[in-house]
Amino acid sequence: MTTEPVEWPRTARAATRNRGINWEKWGWVYMRVSGVALVVLIFGHLFVNLVAGEGVNAIDFAFVAGKWADPFYIVWDTLLLWLALIHGANGMRTLVNDYVYRPKVRKWTLRALFASTAVLLLLGTLVIYTFDPCIGDPQSSGLQELCAGR
Amino acid sequence: MASSPSGAATTPAPTITAPKRPAGTLYRGREGMWSWVLHRITGVAIYFFLLVHLLDTALVRVSPEAYDAVINTYKTPIMGLGEAGLVAAIVFHAFNGLRIILIDFWSFGTKHHRAMFWVVIALWAVTMAAFLPRHLMHVFGG
Repeated sequence: MTTEPVEWPRTARAATRNRGINWEKWGWVYMRVSGVALVVLIFGHLFVNLVAGEGVNAIDFAFVAGKWADPFYIVWDTLLLWLALIHGANGMRTLVNDYVYRPKVRKWTLRALFASTAVLLLLGTLVIYTFDPCIGDPQSSGLQELCAGR
Repeated sequence: MASSPSGAATTPAPTITAPKRPAGTLYRGREGMWSWVLHRITGVAIYFFLLVHLLDTALVRVSPEAYDAVINTYKTPIMGLGEAGLVAAIVFHAFNGLRIILIDFWSFGTKHHRAMFWVVIALWAVTMAAFLPRHLMHVFGG
């Protein structure tokens, strides 16, 4: 019996990609960069909505209208929406890759995750930028004064 | 520390006995593994709340009545306790996330990741001690 010499490396290397964008690396970077920003954004969000003033009891339609009358909170909430949802979806992608073993189920789980993320980003952005404080009956939101001229 | 057969080189015939119980804690990895599993659990919990929260906030585009009806359920005692749990999860995930960044980018962090886990727990406890009384007063009308 002869031993056939096998050249180094003995196991064929998986085709490594040296070209194009390294998405896994940028995903890793994104989690850290967005994470730092989200600590500030979410702690601020929680303080304004749950701690300051009457806390959770103060939240209603007029409260939201009041916040979004200020461009500062439109920018704040837009950043929250995009950074948090993509951060969360990318985290869920990691869990799917870790725990969903069957290739077909994994593929469709990842597609559903991507689709739901895209839909919610679009929905949330539209809600912020097409918000109308005088929608429906201003009587019920207590914004009659603001909406009187409309 | 676990009963590991250290210094086995000097012993003539090392006898290997099975440990009476698993080394370390349940997940064996001690602080590192616990921070990992807590980061996952809190992350998933926050993610699913985020999905619900985006949809309930989207009701401001429907009508004031629809939004107020849903947001009023957030002011009930059960949901108030749920918010306390959510904030607890967020605060842990935030501080432990900063710990992960320090481990990744700073050699000191890698060396002292266990101590930093307990710093995270301490900061979490301090933040919750500041948040909980005020929030529970809002919810239960103290």
